[in-house]
Amino acid sequence: MPMAKKTKTVKVINIDLEKCNGCRACEVICSAFHASERYSLNNPARSRIRMIRKPLEDIYLPVYAGEYTAAECMGRDKYIIDGREYDECDFCRASCPSRDAFKEPDSGLPLKCDMCEDDPPQEEPLCVKWCLSDALTYEEREEEVDDEEEEQEQDLEQEEMERGLKALADQYGLDNVAGIMARMLKKE
Amino acid sequence: MRYAETGYNLDIDLSSGNVEKVETDPALTELHLGGLGTNARLLWDRVPPETDPLAPENLLIFGAGLLAGTPAPGANRTIVTTYSPQTLLMAYSMMGGFFAPEMKHAGFDKIIFSGRSPELVYVWINNDQVEIRDASHLQGKGVVETEELLKQELEDHDIQIASIGLAGENQVYYASIEHARSSASRAGIGAVMGSKNLKAVAVRGSKDVNIAKPNQFIELCNEALDYIQWRAENPVQHVPPILAGLGSPQEMAIHDEAWHTTAFSWGNARYRRKEFWSEEVEEEWSQVQDGAVQRLISCYNCPMKCGAIIAYPTQELSKYMMKCYSKLTYVMGAMVDNLEFGFRIAGLAQGYGVDSYTAPQVMAFAIELYEDGILTDEDLPDFPPDNEGRFFYLLEKIVHREGIGDVLANGVYWAARQIGKGAEAYDSNTIKKHEQIPIKLGMLNPIFFLMHSTGEKINITQIEGQLPQAPFPNKEDREEFVKDWFQAPSENIKDFFVKWEPRGDYAFPYFPDFQTACELVEWQETMHYIDDSTGICAGLSSFPIKPPYHIHNLPTLISAATGLDVDKERLWDKITRRNRSLLRAINSRRGLRRKDDKPPEDHWKKRFPEYEAQLLDEYYKFKGWNEDGVPTRETLRSLDLDDIGEDLEKRGIYANGQEDENS
Repeated sequence: MPMAKKTKTVKVINIDLEKCNGCRACEVICSAFHASERYSLNNPARSRIRMIRKPLEDIYLPVYAGEYTAAECMGRDKYIIDGREYDECDFCRASCPSRDAFKEPDSGLPLKCDMCEDDPPQEEPLCVKWCLSDALTYEEREEEVDDEEEEQEQDLEQEEMERGLKALADQYGLDNVAGIMARMLKKE
Repeated sequence: MRYAETGYNLDIDLSSGNVEKVETDPALTELHLGGLGTNARLLWDRVPPETDPLAPENLLIFGAGLLAGTPAPGANRTIVTTYSPQTLLMAYSMMGGFFAPEMKHAGFDKIIFSGRSPELVYVWINNDQVEIRDASHLQGKGVVETEELLKQELEDHDIQIASIGLAGENQVYYASIEHARSSASRAGIGAVMGSKNLKAVAVRGSKDVNIAKPNQFIELCNEALDYIQWRAENPVQHVPPILAGLGSPQEMAIHDEAWHTTAFSWGNARYRRKEFWSEEVEEEWSQVQDGAVQRLISCYNCPMKCGAIIAYPTQELSKYMMKCYSKLTYVMGAMVDNLEFGFRIAGLAQGYGVDSYTAPQVMAFAIELYEDGILTDEDLPDFPPDNEGRFFYLLEKIVHREGIGDVLANGVYWAARQIGKGAEAYDSNTIKKHEQIPIKLGMLNPIFFLMHSTGEKINITQIEGQLPQAPFPNKEDREEFVKDWFQAPSENIKDFFVKWEPRGDYAFPYFPDFQTACELVEWQETMHYIDDSTGICAGLSSFPIKPPYHIHNLPTLISAATGLDVDKERLWDKITRRNRSLLRAINSRRGLRRKDDKPPEDHWKKRFPEYEAQLLDEYYKFKGWNEDGVPTRETLRSLDLDDIGEDLEKRGIYANGQEDENS
């Protein structure tokens, strides 16, 4: 009997730059939702979505936090779209040494958009919910997955932890972090 | 931990260069909330009443609203407080945009400037790092250019900047402080900034703003957003389109300007043009507007799109940001039928940093004086023949304080008296020396009479409230209106609205009774005082009809954000009455008396002097003020402001024989 193909849900946020009114509500609700006690603070510097706003150039670009990277790019890309010139890193989602965005302001640890994973789940990511201009809209679609990919999914949590540790090691040195880990183990 | 507020003010003495971070007393927040309330207390405590507004001893206070920087939608206002060089009274002009939240994230509730810098400077606040920097390279620069240059210089596009243009540098009495798409433009606070040799304030911060009761608070925010969405689909019926929605009037999006152009006055607040609006005008103006508006934009954390980026294709003017009614003030002041002119001159004037209500009226006033021979070619050499040209000419003279411009730069009231030769009679549209929106109506409106006459904001448009401006002719419509009017403060107010008719026994001026008139005034005042202390935009609260924030949900919102225990009674009866009487006392100490509490002479055609005097008497009584409009010692004591009552008494302000059986 052939096995039914497994599927996974792909979550997509559509970003319509023409509809953005530059209010930064997406940043506000993101930082509030991801506070250690939900909604206990607002601080766009902690947000996993950042607005690139240059009103007089008519540039209104929400960017989501993606992967952490330890080093800057060797070269840069400059986009010119409809006469608007975007800076080299504007479209990039990386938490990267070249800029302040997508790092916890106090620890420097990298941030990454998690689509507001919650228990019970939110209907949609909250940046989308708070965007009444519909610059951000949300859709889900089902995609088939093979077994290998499924295993990868299960490793996600592990990966996330590794990413955090790697960032700490990059910032403070591996020996330093290892030393602290050793002390922590001892205390246990 | 402090909630909603940071608990710190930044005190900057520009004379000595001394900068201090000062922890604030939480008791003051309990008494006054923040923003306007605590600004006012600082002004009372620290500036002696005889201070010349342009002297170093005056303070210029940038106060973030108490809720600014929290996730409450639309809580983003900066309340700038000082003494006005024009009215000589307290001025508290406000701006939206992104400045107040950035102040909070930098860790400050207020930035307080005192003294006067020896050279032109700007101040750069990056979290706890504060620098006073040379601004000689910015001298004479427009505000848009200043913002751009500072962002380049400080290598950060997310900095928020408040700055003055040439008008502020030259201490024009109606110079504004401009910030992004917003401005604090009334009563000449830009001149005070200029007198301190302060060109700009740049702020950047990355600290948290904390919420006391997160779950309750976010639920209220979500409710507000849901209601805003619902209201967008359900505009208020039976009012002009410009008043049917939320936000400030949606001038950048809406083309229908029938209401402004036919109901408001043109020229020096003189002429109604009831037939002006036509299909042809609408078509032409729509085209001009659509060609100018590049994008509709918002303030911090607000879904309303009250502003726009203006990219005017036919001329060299740099792009700028505009909001609300300023597209029409110059057009109507100049009696020009051409909206294009409005976009051109407003951009230029904004760059110079002048108030777009006052400036066109001063220019219209000058043109009238010229046409009637009071100003001559000697005063106005090479004065162009057309009004468009004349407005551009006058704008330059005023912001440079050149020739007659040096006089006109003081506003209509002072200019009229300096010019003399009968010019005083042309001062037709000021309240307390401050130019008002040019609106001239028929029958006295007792509610607006009290608000215009006594409002400490001295600005008609920012006193108006949630009550429709005219009665609906049909009773069924009125009954329908009150069905979902949960924002109304009491059943009495709803009853009033249902009864209120355009004509007959239930019409102005003798309807409603004194008690109801005072209640209506106090309700609308209260809403503004709450907004001006919390930094919530009037456009989502005190200003439009049926807003998302109202007297029944604001106490809970404030409590959830701050952890204070505020209910409706405490918010209305104690905190806002306290702030209201505090402002009145500040102005009483500056010399404000009953004789000053009056609307422009011809604001209404039908006036009733005896009845108006009675209205004032009743209102003063209602507020606990004496016959001269000064809060009594007893009233101040009951509002925990006895030290202020004591000061008024010592200064002999009660000593007119009218005061004060209670003291």
